[in-house]
Amino acid sequence: MMSEPCLKIEGLRKSFTANRRTVHALNGVSLALGKGETLGIVGESGSGKSTLGRIAVGLDTPSAGELHVDGARIDDLSPQLRREKLRRCQMIFQDPYSSLNPRLTVGRQIGEGLFARGEFDWPAINATVADLLDRVGLKREFAHRYPHEFSGGQRQRIAIARALAPNPRIVVADEPVSALDVTIQAQILDLLAGLKKQGDLSYLFISHDMAVVARLCDRIAVMHRGRIVECGPARAVIENPQHPYTRNLLDAVPRFGRRRTGQKPVPVLLPHHGDADRYMTVAEGHTVLQSAGL
Amino acid sequence: MSIPYLRVQDLSVSFPAKSGGFQAIDKISFDLARGEILALVGESGSGKSMTSLSIMKLLPMAARMGGRIEIEGQDIAGFGRREMENVRGAKIGMIFQEPMTSLNPVLTIARQMTEGLVRHKCVSSREALATARTWLEDVGIPEPNRVLAQYPHQLSGGMRQRIMIAAALALRPGILIADEPTTALDVTVQSQVLDLLVDLKARSGSGILLITHDIGVVAETADRVAVMRGGRILEIGTVDEVLHSPKHDYTKALLASHLTVDRGLRQRELEVAGVRP
Repeated sequence: MMSEPCLKIEGLRKSFTANRRTVHALNGVSLALGKGETLGIVGESGSGKSTLGRIAVGLDTPSAGELHVDGARIDDLSPQLRREKLRRCQMIFQDPYSSLNPRLTVGRQIGEGLFARGEFDWPAINATVADLLDRVGLKREFAHRYPHEFSGGQRQRIAIARALAPNPRIVVADEPVSALDVTIQAQILDLLAGLKKQGDLSYLFISHDMAVVARLCDRIAVMHRGRIVECGPARAVIENPQHPYTRNLLDAVPRFGRRRTGQKPVPVLLPHHGDADRYMTVAEGHTVLQSAGL
Repeated sequence: MSIPYLRVQDLSVSFPAKSGGFQAIDKISFDLARGEILALVGESGSGKSMTSLSIMKLLPMAARMGGRIEIEGQDIAGFGRREMENVRGAKIGMIFQEPMTSLNPVLTIARQMTEGLVRHKCVSSREALATARTWLEDVGIPEPNRVLAQYPHQLSGGMRQRIMIAAALALRPGILIADEPTTALDVTVQSQVLDLLVDLKARSGSGILLITHDIGVVAETADRVAVMRGGRILEIGTVDEVLHSPKHDYTKALLASHLTVDRGLRQRELEVAGVRP
């Protein structure tokens, strides 16, 4: 049995309107993130996974649906109260080059999160910042430097330290290692895994990369066209995928021991899910979206 | 033995500066035959993209290049702008990572695809259009007539990359340089584009210089592979040799850090169980 979820999302919908065309990014997404759990959201571009992450940290507001943090509903609160609650949710972005402010020292931008939380004593903030740099594997003295002085991997460490500064319960990481070289990727994944051990942190880990998700996540939710089509324990979803889209996704991952012959694979027809479709449980905690007609 | 289509010998590229400068490529040599896929694999800054740019002579002005680049036995390293115009496209085609930036946003697909055919193959624009249509069909684009009249922004990333491939191969170049051709694409689309490249290589007989950072892609598609780091080729050989019995420590490290789905699962489970890998 899962402990009480620290983040619960129910029937989340989000539509964008541009050029008089409406795009439905999320078509009723429900999920629960347990305390200390890492939930992976996998999907391709346009699946709605980033929109989901942005709503979970309050960077976007849903068109419909409910958002609960630590058992309290927060999407109907006033912006101020909501911001207060959402301080427990922090975010790490894909590109550490654009997510850090080039004109602020590293210490200053990590410290801002503490300042915003109501810590006004900068000497105390600086001490905490140094501890944070230590935790993410950087030197304490780096606080005085600027982002351009660091490599991509180091910058992502800084971004992680900044996310951890307000002592969040939930960290949403949107493709945090996609822009990094493989060796650096491995280091950052190790760091994220290690940080979770130290506290009761939960991750909502968004990625297009199955291998990276397998490395870090307890459970995996596969998104396609704004819906979660399959969700379950990592090994179950990877070794016993039920939805045709999950199978497609796994099959497309390049691997050793397979040669491409140039033969086109038989195209698989993916179901267009509607709101009437329901989830079927295939094993404990492993659910798959079924077309209502079947 | 016949001469390979492309032979690169002691290619060096440096960026001179008052304080020492920077050696981007340090005396690399390799050949590429028609009908073969050679992968250049390495991390960012290894010099793999710089290699492709020097073969096409698209290096920045500040770069200094040395060594030989032979196409069918003829050294093109000293070629000027005019002479290169007959090489680019006709003898060496190139596709890039982001097809949006390599297609011209204000020209129709028809215009961009026929331009090279008219220029290099001396055909009429009507013939060029017919060739372009056949190639679009060959790369698996439904309704080629409709696509020909469209602009790049009306097409998806996968479609654009297919069009780039069609436009490059329509000129029947001896080799195609593909610089991270699938990095910007979704995995399912990547899979289709890789299948397509392998299929077209077999049918058109062009050699492919595939530049990638993904060893998984190399394992599935390439015949030979060169591992690059710091502007040097550390190891070169068949995919079997290099990936299954690597000689160089860096290759070993690169293979060890390659994350597969199975490895990922196992690593996490060991971690949860409290075992330090």
